[in-house]
Amino acid sequence: MSITTKESHTQHISQQFNSELTELRNHILSMGGVVTKQLADSVDALLEGDTQLAEQVRQIEEDVDDMERAIDVECTQVIARRQPAASDLRLVVSVIKMVADLERIGDEATKIARFAVELAEEGKSPRGYIEVRHISDHVKRMMNNALDSFARFDDEMALQIIKEDEEVDVEYRSAIRSLMTFMMEDPRSISQVHNVLWVLRALERIGDHAANIAEHVIFMVRGKDIRHMSLTDAEKALNR
Amino acid sequence: MTTELLNRDDAMQDDTQTTAMNNTPENAPRTHGIDISALERGTTMSRIEDEEISLRVNDLRLSYGEKEALHGINMVIPKKRVTAFIGPSGCGKSTLLRCFNRMNDLVDGCEIKGEILLEDMDIYQRKVEVAELRRRVGMVFQKPNPFPKTIYENVAYGLRIQGINKKRVLDETVEWSLRSAALWDEVKDRLNDSALGLSGGQQQRLVIARTVAVKPEVLLLDEPASALDPLSTLKIEELIQQLKNDFTIVIVTHNMQQAARVSDYTAFMYMGDLIEFGNTDALFTNPSKKQTEDYITGRYG
Repeated sequence: MSITTKESHTQHISQQFNSELTELRNHILSMGGVVTKQLADSVDALLEGDTQLAEQVRQIEEDVDDMERAIDVECTQVIARRQPAASDLRLVVSVIKMVADLERIGDEATKIARFAVELAEEGKSPRGYIEVRHISDHVKRMMNNALDSFARFDDEMALQIIKEDEEVDVEYRSAIRSLMTFMMEDPRSISQVHNVLWVLRALERIGDHAANIAEHVIFMVRGKDIRHMSLTDAEKALNR
Repeated sequence: MTTELLNRDDAMQDDTQTTAMNNTPENAPRTHGIDISALERGTTMSRIEDEEISLRVNDLRLSYGEKEALHGINMVIPKKRVTAFIGPSGCGKSTLLRCFNRMNDLVDGCEIKGEILLEDMDIYQRKVEVAELRRRVGMVFQKPNPFPKTIYENVAYGLRIQGINKKRVLDETVEWSLRSAALWDEVKDRLNDSALGLSGGQQQRLVIARTVAVKPEVLLLDEPASALDPLSTLKIEELIQQLKNDFTIVIVTHNMQQAARVSDYTAFMYMGDLIEFGNTDALFTNPSKKQTEDYITGRYG
């Protein structure tokens, strides 16, 4: 079993170092919280046709960018001051990478919010929303779990997320197929369905980023790099 | 021997120049026509199983009187590599280092069981001549200890003891040793000045030159940089990288970043036991024992 636990970062002789790492973890988790909210709101705005909520999502984007910069600065300072090793080093490296993924998730959520406004303005009873609801529920769950697995240093949970990403990919492809059928049956719906397709694409990308975060969590906890591996190889590498 | 080594040094410099000028050889691996050989360098992690071995330690137990300081150490020291010993004070790392050239023989009540093989010769056998062993296994201490003699005589000392007095041989060896210790350029114009007039960092390099002058196989460095300022420390670290082309190096250090920077393999010791031993990069990014992790990250275990 792993020797890295979530208590690992509070047991340094240097209290200052403890609090720097704790701060870093808190900051990335709050950034994760904001981005998760952005995602949920953007999907709600779309499904409810709530343009005001969509506008809010787009405004939060700037805050997320600020957080990205601030956390990167913090990581740089920890490296310069502490020359972290072992699990501390892996924590900082993972955070640097997670920040990039979270920021991209924020971008995708903002994209969804933009389509929410366009679709609301077209104002027709929407096609493909069932698929959007279904996939977005799945992706939101992955997001929450990814952040949870980071907070708890839970590599099992992280691996589960990577598995779920494959399910989302399957759902995405089948949704695309059914929306294609809609478009063939009713060419007037093309422009609107096309926007929904973009939304689905954004959700699928968010799933990928959540899976990336899960990979960073596994690296942080176990020190194993399972990127670009098949799921079976990854499981083998983690010896289960 | 000496001239040969000198020439080789020159040849090496030539080599680096030609490779620098011609950095895309014809047969380099290519992707889309781009030379990707740089990607293949430094990605493989060396493994102790693939190394030639200089020293083998078999179930080494050492006690000072009643107290056992080393509880059965088993390890190998790879040839022409840098091996670092890290661990908290009193963990036995310096004691173990001193076993390699029998410095512990001088300590009263010190008893040693088990064996240490230097190229398959048990160094604790009775017939082993300790002076000859210490020529083959040289040692440098924390505080530079130059003799109160000239710079030249300090380096020539080991040779003179061996009865070598030919001026030409001495001159060549002194120059080669000082060059090896990256000190030549700083002292070549004042070889007949007292060694005590050198700075701490220079003195330490002088002591290293004195040690390598007798062409040992193994260099033991007991905290060689801990009494030096940061820049002198970097010079010593740089020197270690060069010396490992010719010597097997074992270094004890309290500075973990230093161990991470200079060594190929790292041994973590705790309370007289060898806790973890392996590739330095692996040990510092993903140690397999919790005690190692706690120590290198500065936690209380």
